[in-house]
Amino acid sequence: MNLLANLIPVSAEIFLLVMVCFILIADLMLTQSSKLFTYLLVQLTLLGCSIITVGTHEHGVTYAFNNMYVDDLMSDVLKMLSYLGMSMVLVYSRQYLMLRGLFTGEFMVLALFALLGMNVMISANHFLTLYLGLELLSLSLYAMVALQRDSAIATEAAMKYFVLGALASGLLLYGMSMMYGATGSLELGVISDAINHGVQNKSLLAFGLVFIVSGLAFKLGVVPFHMWVPDVYHGAPTAMTLLIGSVPKLAAFAFTVRILVEGLQGLEHDWSSMLIILAIASMALGNLAAIAQTNLKRMFAYSTITHMGFMLLGLISGGIEGYGSAMFYTVVYMMMSLGAFGMIMLLSRAGFEADTLNDFKGLNQRSPWLAFIMMLLMLSMAGIPPTVGFYAKFSVLNAIVQTGHTWLAIVAVLFSLIGAFYYLRIIKLMYFDAPESHEPIVYGSDTGLLISLNGLGVLFLGLMPGTLMSICAVSVQQSLLLY
Amino acid sequence: MIFGLPVISITIWLPIIFGILVLATGDDKNAPLARLLALVGSVLGFLVTLPLYIGFDTTTSSMQFVEHHDWITRFNINYYLGVDGISMLFILLNSFFTVIVVLAGWRVIEKRVSQYMAAFLLMSGMINGVFGALDSILFYVFWEAMLVPMFIIIGVWGGPNRIYATMKFFLYTLLGSLLMLVALIYLYNLTGGSFAILDFHQVAIPMTAQILIFIAFFFAFAVKVPMFPVHTWLPDAHVEAPTGGSVILAALMLKVGAYGFLRFSMPITPDASHKLAGVMIALSLIAIVYIGLVALMQTDMKKLVAYSSISHMGFVTMGLFIFNAYGMEGALLQMISHGFVAGALFLCIGVLYDRMHSRNIADYGGVANKMPVFAAFFMLFAMANSGLPGTSAFVGEFMVIMGAIKVNFWYAFAAGTTLIFGAAYTLWLYKRVIFGKVANQHVEELTDLNAREVLIMSLLAVLVLGMGVYPLPLSEILHASVNDLLVHVAHSKLPL
Repeated sequence: MNLLANLIPVSAEIFLLVMVCFILIADLMLTQSSKLFTYLLVQLTLLGCSIITVGTHEHGVTYAFNNMYVDDLMSDVLKMLSYLGMSMVLVYSRQYLMLRGLFTGEFMVLALFALLGMNVMISANHFLTLYLGLELLSLSLYAMVALQRDSAIATEAAMKYFVLGALASGLLLYGMSMMYGATGSLELGVISDAINHGVQNKSLLAFGLVFIVSGLAFKLGVVPFHMWVPDVYHGAPTAMTLLIGSVPKLAAFAFTVRILVEGLQGLEHDWSSMLIILAIASMALGNLAAIAQTNLKRMFAYSTITHMGFMLLGLISGGIEGYGSAMFYTVVYMMMSLGAFGMIMLLSRAGFEADTLNDFKGLNQRSPWLAFIMMLLMLSMAGIPPTVGFYAKFSVLNAIVQTGHTWLAIVAVLFSLIGAFYYLRIIKLMYFDAPESHEPIVYGSDTGLLISLNGLGVLFLGLMPGTLMSICAVSVQQSLLLY
Repeated sequence: MIFGLPVISITIWLPIIFGILVLATGDDKNAPLARLLALVGSVLGFLVTLPLYIGFDTTTSSMQFVEHHDWITRFNINYYLGVDGISMLFILLNSFFTVIVVLAGWRVIEKRVSQYMAAFLLMSGMINGVFGALDSILFYVFWEAMLVPMFIIIGVWGGPNRIYATMKFFLYTLLGSLLMLVALIYLYNLTGGSFAILDFHQVAIPMTAQILIFIAFFFAFAVKVPMFPVHTWLPDAHVEAPTGGSVILAALMLKVGAYGFLRFSMPITPDASHKLAGVMIALSLIAIVYIGLVALMQTDMKKLVAYSSISHMGFVTMGLFIFNAYGMEGALLQMISHGFVAGALFLCIGVLYDRMHSRNIADYGGVANKMPVFAAFFMLFAMANSGLPGTSAFVGEFMVIMGAIKVNFWYAFAAGTTLIFGAAYTLWLYKRVIFGKVANQHVEELTDLNAREVLIMSLLAVLVLGMGVYPLPLSEILHASVNDLLVHVAHSKLPL
């Protein structure tokens, strides 16, 4: 394979890297007041990336760089959604960051580096590429959490995130090295073949799997490897929380699926029973702990844990139904969490964070439209039709019931009943209580438009979920080579 | 379909569109516009349901006015609507009550008028959707979505303890719904990929699975009815809800539960239904007798009527699970009649509450002296609630008791006691509130019904009496579907 053929699948990433370097240098020349230029440049970069990703899309699965890198439908869909998500993150956080003096070139460059990391994770077909992407993402995120360096709580969150994240990476690497020992390769396809043909050292394989699953669980933030999630979500500036809590979930999904399904399909019986425990524990602890929170960001952190647990149910079910529903769930979750954190930032002012439950009191009287949008988002998170969150839950439940784990579906719905309580509580605060503050809510027309689209999108996709569901199922079917 | 128009879709979406329009009128500066728009929307919403009645073919038990469009092709979920004799009348009933509720809230609701009116219109469309849906997921979507407006209605415009009540209402009903969802998905896999309710009716199911499915459905529907052990949310919700909310709760929400038994539990799991019929009848009788006694002890007017509703709904569930034509038709007529009567009683209490801001029976006395017209209407509805012949309630209760006698004398005997208890608690309530000397200064200041209230009461009075004297136009619609359902339920669905 010649060099050019190798470069085509990665052209979006190359473009992104070039642009990041360009922005990094160009930003030095700009004064603080003209950061808007950088911002526009970043948005244009995202647009350019999506054009390239669409343009270089090829039917089927293309491997590059000696099978280290893969370009398939799933990677293209997830990348497109990542660009969209990242673009939304930037729109939501612009005003919030400007008011706090954090709207700097570094922020945007780090965000793009994180995106590059995610792209690499999404397209990786080799343990080393996977790890490379993961570290690029993680290091960017550590730095972003710590960007507000005079804030003790943010620094603490960054420290925690870094230490635990490094530990998780260590576990993952350790597991990978055991896999290498057992199968003699780091390439996912080769590992898969080796396992299917029988491996001499079964215990090495089993140990490796445990470490890998633990590492993945850390990155996904599922119980019992969830400790960092609430602290980081709470401590980081909301714009960073938004970033951490939304787009990287797509990459984490791809990462998990690539390792467990593409690489370790032969061990499905083992890892799916581990995931069952992780999923149930996440749904239980996440839902119960979320009830006790008064800080909204912390509450959403626990809610993330729950949602990731629910998503794992899809992976446990397996097959196109299962992986497709898990992907659909992740995409829907990203949309909902973008909206929810976006709303927190929208309601924040200079020197004031609207991140406690009380800040949402009486929102319906201050702004009926925003309250309505937030209600849609909360209903969607609770999985109540006619919002898209219902179909996310529905498709996962359908996949579980199909595999015969009906009891697991019952456990899942009972926990989501508990979850419904704290989402309803927010609706209650907005609609039934009197406002504590009567400060006018000031927000730019771009964020206002975006949050409206975000909320109505949740409703619209709830009325017409078919297309997105099919996209997810088809991309899983074409990419994971299950049959 | 009439003139090629999708009638059921119109009955669903017209109120919803008007609801959105009303919502768009914004804050209370535009309240008159919101009220007017809501009235127009609800009246139109009622008018568009009339073709269902006029064009209804009473000779067939198959679905009519069927609409079928692809919706979510991936899961073979369709936008599939249709009505039979069982569901059609409820669409009419619902649309009728939406008009009543809009009128009842005309002056009383002063804050956030547009949101109040819009919530009722949206809910009206969704309830029509529940009765019209023939795809179980479409049914489920409407079924859960209608909780949201009710949640808001009770929570925003309700009484002092409204937040506790509305949370309890929502979570109770959600618990049942989620278990039903799992059952629906299970059935989807059993039928080999169809969510159509009519396909569920045909599929063979082993006994254990039938019983589990029945239990899942039981949680969903029994909570809504509400049946005896899971009824506790209803008094709370009723007491705290604004008048309009109580009316819709009593007249429609409870019926949705019983409708679920008819449409899902009995035809999908006939063997389990027969096997567990004893339990269902026992729970129904407990509701009839025990809750009737509980109603006797209430000091709060709304609570009293709420408990009376539970007791009357016990009749409905008993009528369904004795599996004969009298029982089932009686149960359906009782559902419709109870809609009118309980709705009317809540409106009566609303009339008093608007003037006195008290639901306490002890605060009243001698109201007849100050509100003679009101007292007359209240008398009629109180009599109907105790099942007096000539009122609508008599027809249904009589038929259910007839049906029960055929099965077991003691069922009929126990159910018959309600005629005594029902009369006791309703008439005692009436006596304490309406008769006697003027109790206090506040009663002295009461003013009689205004024209709008007289209009509402007269409409209901005519219906209550009309249905009591001449129920044939309703019962002939039920006949074919009920008989078909009974034949269907009589056949075992166990796999051979």
